[in-house]
Amino acid sequence: MRGTSGVLIMKTMQLRLTVNGETRQWTIAPGDLLLDVLRREGCYGVKRGCEKGECGACTVLLDGKPINSCLMFAAQAEGCDILTIEGLAVGDVLDPLQEAFLDHGAVQCGYCTPGMILNAKALLARNPHPSEAEVRETMAGNYCRCTGYLKPVEAVLAAAGRAPAPARSGRKAVKR
Amino acid sequence: MKIAGQPVPHESAHGHATGEALYTDDLAGRFPRLLHAWPVLAPHAHALVTALDAAPALAEPGVAATLTAADVPGEADSGANRHDEPLFPSEVMYHRQPVAWVLGETLEAAQRGAARVSVEWQPLPAVLTIADAIAAGSFHAGPLHLRRGDAAAAMKASPHRLQGELAIGGQEHFYLETQCAIAWLDESGGVVIESSTQHPSETQEVVGRVLGLPRHQVTVECLRMGGAFGGKEVQANPWAAIAALGAWKTRRPVRVRLPRALDMALTGKRHPFLARFEAGFDGEGRLQGAAIALYSDGGWSLDLSEPVMWRAMFHADNAYFLPAVEVAGTVCRTHKTSQTAFRGFGGPQGMLVIEEILDRVARTLSLAPELVRERNFYREGQTTHYGQPVKDAARIATIWRRLQASSGFRERRQEIARFNAAHPHCKRGIAITPVKFGISFTATFFNQAGALVLIYRDGSVQVNHGGTEMGQGLATKVRQIAAESLGLPLQALRMMPARTDKVPNTSATAASASTDLNGAAVADACRQLRARLAPIAGAMLGCPPEAVRFAGGEAFSEGDLVQRVPFAQVVEAAYRQRVALFAQGYYRTPGIHFDQKTGRGEPFHYFAYGAAVAEVEVDGFTGGHRVLRVDILHDVGESLSPLIDRGQVEGGFIQGLGWLTVEELLWDAEGRVATNSASTYKLPAWSELPEVFEVAFLEQAAEPGVICGSKAVGEPPLMLAIAAREAIREAIAAFGVGGVVALDSPATPERIFWAVERGARRAGFRRGRGAGGGSGPRVTLAEVNGLACERFVGSLGGVFEQSPWVAERAWWRRPFGDVDALHAAMRFQVAAATRAEQLALLRAHPDLGARAAMSATSAGEQAGAGLDRLTPDEFARLQRLNARYREKFTFPFILAVKGSTKHDILVALERRLENGVEEEFQEALLQVYRIARFRLEESVT
Ligand code: FES
Ligand code: FES
Repeated sequence: MRGTSGVLIMKTMQLRLTVNGETRQWTIAPGDLLLDVLRREGCYGVKRGCEKGECGACTVLLDGKPINSCLMFAAQAEGCDILTIEGLAVGDVLDPLQEAFLDHGAVQCGYCTPGMILNAKALLARNPHPSEAEVRETMAGNYCRCTGYLKPVEAVLAAAGRAPAPARSGRKAVKR
Repeated sequence: MKIAGQPVPHESAHGHATGEALYTDDLAGRFPRLLHAWPVLAPHAHALVTALDAAPALAEPGVAATLTAADVPGEADSGANRHDEPLFPSEVMYHRQPVAWVLGETLEAAQRGAARVSVEWQPLPAVLTIADAIAAGSFHAGPLHLRRGDAAAAMKASPHRLQGELAIGGQEHFYLETQCAIAWLDESGGVVIESSTQHPSETQEVVGRVLGLPRHQVTVECLRMGGAFGGKEVQANPWAAIAALGAWKTRRPVRVRLPRALDMALTGKRHPFLARFEAGFDGEGRLQGAAIALYSDGGWSLDLSEPVMWRAMFHADNAYFLPAVEVAGTVCRTHKTSQTAFRGFGGPQGMLVIEEILDRVARTLSLAPELVRERNFYREGQTTHYGQPVKDAARIATIWRRLQASSGFRERRQEIARFNAAHPHCKRGIAITPVKFGISFTATFFNQAGALVLIYRDGSVQVNHGGTEMGQGLATKVRQIAAESLGLPLQALRMMPARTDKVPNTSATAASASTDLNGAAVADACRQLRARLAPIAGAMLGCPPEAVRFAGGEAFSEGDLVQRVPFAQVVEAAYRQRVALFAQGYYRTPGIHFDQKTGRGEPFHYFAYGAAVAEVEVDGFTGGHRVLRVDILHDVGESLSPLIDRGQVEGGFIQGLGWLTVEELLWDAEGRVATNSASTYKLPAWSELPEVFEVAFLEQAAEPGVICGSKAVGEPPLMLAIAAREAIREAIAAFGVGGVVALDSPATPERIFWAVERGARRAGFRRGRGAGGGSGPRVTLAEVNGLACERFVGSLGGVFEQSPWVAERAWWRRPFGDVDALHAAMRFQVAAATRAEQLALLRAHPDLGARAAMSATSAGEQAGAGLDRLTPDEFARLQRLNARYREKFTFPFILAVKGSTKHDILVALERRLENGVEEEFQEALLQVYRIARFRLEESVT
């Protein structure tokens, strides 16, 4: 950070928060983005896609709500409870959403996957049985360049216990 | 147990879904003292660098070094084919081209340093469009030629001819993971690069060139990519070269990662194209001759533009036999990013042109586009315009027929005609288009691959090959191939990331051919290992080696279901008997060749086929569209991995849909990429997913001579999306009166809106008035006789009030000698209809005197009769009589009111109230016939 005189001021501060169930205390600069801090601390599942709040790859859950960690200062997360993709599985047991993404072939390059799964997680927590239209609507902020969204839709609906088994010969979508 | 052909999840899916799968930039934390690189960017699209002083950057705290041409020990160029991409240019060739780099302890320090580098520029005029380039004679390559027969003579001899132009937009790759490389020095003076590259061997070559090192000193690894789509085939190289140069100079690890805005500003895209074409055809729409001139916008350097142009030219036939044709291709040189490989590699642009031509042929002749397409299909035994026999040509027609049936194409066309007749401002369109896509690198020497398979003494296996993983499922498929071959469960095999020190001199992972090539190389290695292990296992099982089978992690003798030896025991025994437990595999595609000079050869190992039906709805007021339904039937041979293949088809289609409908690249007058983020560049999102999306694979389609009989699936599905573009055009056509519908690509709402406007103007009627009734567009009887059913219904569907079925059923009786005959044919259809249909027709008429629910046509006719100028008494009387009438007959009073006064109407109403029910029913029908007659006289001249 630059002071008014142009001299570099290296201020630091302490950040206390909970990440994936564990209490953390990190030294950060006030201007550090949450995305950068999480990645620096080893949460590489928080992906950097656009750094402008446009793609959803950096999504994490902050007190249960999906946020773009590229748009938030780390300092704003003081005292918050953060869930990244690394904290979703319990030991070796995958979350039903993770299972569904695997089973339905909803991952290709996988770069959008952590953000997508976390956003879906928040949706299902709020609304355990969303309609297809609700899934599409809620997930609109998560871009995926590989899958064409069909299998992610199937996966989220399957995790919500709404969809039939993985489609073999295609599937009918609910009319908007 | 069969493993190949099973729908298994992506090899890394578990890692993707848990965050454990690492990409290049995720390794940054492993390097202490890592430096970050940031470029000094040119503010002009074309300028000379007259002075450059990087020294001031070093005064900035946290800046470790600068990189300029003086630091390069080898050749300061990253151009893959021609060495035409200076890393530190003295003449900048596109807006924001890097001219120097700064390395900092942090990214921010590097950025601050870059801002301190002083550069002086002498701006020069820039060429920014294909048209400018053609005018200025600014070309990289061409014209390249493919020819068959005498196209000019064939066109001259044709009864019909057309000519036109089509502009085709480019496409941003928008891989979710942007370009990234990390480089460091190894223990023995070499350099190692982690790079998000589709072509590690070429990245190795370029780094070696820049550092002046032999290639054995350069190791490149690609863990996996967060998408690539061709954008990292050669365009990963400069960033790797800068990272390597930085590491070389500073002896510290260096990271280059482009943030999104820079990635979009600096890296090449799908080539924009301009096509000029001429075609001659017969009255049935069969092409006799065609001349197609293609121009691509290659950007500032050659890159892969030449092979991209070749592929566009190879695919200018798509699935159609062109008896006499001349295709010319020219790569324009502009001051823009260097356009590059993108899924389909020119194929999509070439195909779009021939689809455009055929659609224009169909609309010129008023034939259904699908009919014209079908009439031009390749038949068995025919060859392409470059002399390659079209193997399995009959599959095109088979797929076509099956897909039409399974998608209900014909019935839906009728439904759509009805919908369109009833909706003046919103039209639907449906279209079916085929895909024939050639598989292989068109540069023959790239069609080779190597593999290295290592078996360890515990029976676990490492599989190395030259292909990289970008999400396409290569690792998944190759693992299935190896597991099948060695008879092991998938978990026993570990897929290793692509590394140049495991398999050398690899080809790019591109051209959809990576499974064909690398899978076959791995299978070759596994075959050798099995052959070495069989005698060992045979000795343990007491059977001859030929009888040994490996499956389920065990060896057993064929026919003996009891005695089994675990694979690991066989391996350990082999080790003790000093048998080599690793093997290299190799594959080269047989029989392919192409001579660029003569334009003849067989560049492709086989063709992948498919077809798609798309239905869309277009809003005439906004030009907005929705894709309602998509049906795909695709030929993947014998699917090696159905879950992966389905994903490729779906994802490829949506990406193609993006290219053709929503993704629009814009450059401003300065040559800046104006669309440099997801907020200005529209990507397909969840809302673009069609409401109904059916994907099926052609059955019993195993391809002989290809690994596991499977066909390449990476690129071909992208071009299935052309169906959506054609469906949009069909919907646009439904707003007008027929004729050619010009539509450049992408079909954005803006372009659709103007196309609808043009059609409406040509039809000579104001927007806002419904087509189909008496005040709709006027057509001649000859035109009516030539209309395809859908447009016939679109034109005359309103002649009988809100009952387009009448026109639809009368259509087949064309040609009509005069309006009387036309009227008689329609009247006959009403008379022959069921009582319920007749009643519905009567009830579709508006109530006399009631304003609501009147069609535009009826409103006009009633206003003419003065029904809107009734006195209160007359009004009350009309209402009374009308109510009694409705009660008695259950349908509204219908009178062909033209030429009648309000007095006539009241009299007639009173009189007809006396009729019996059946008598009045017939009387009402007679009135309906008379109204139809008025309307026909107004519509048809
Ligand atoms: S990186 Fe945060 S939204 Fe794209
Ligand atoms: S799987 Fe690649 S971006 Fe979604």
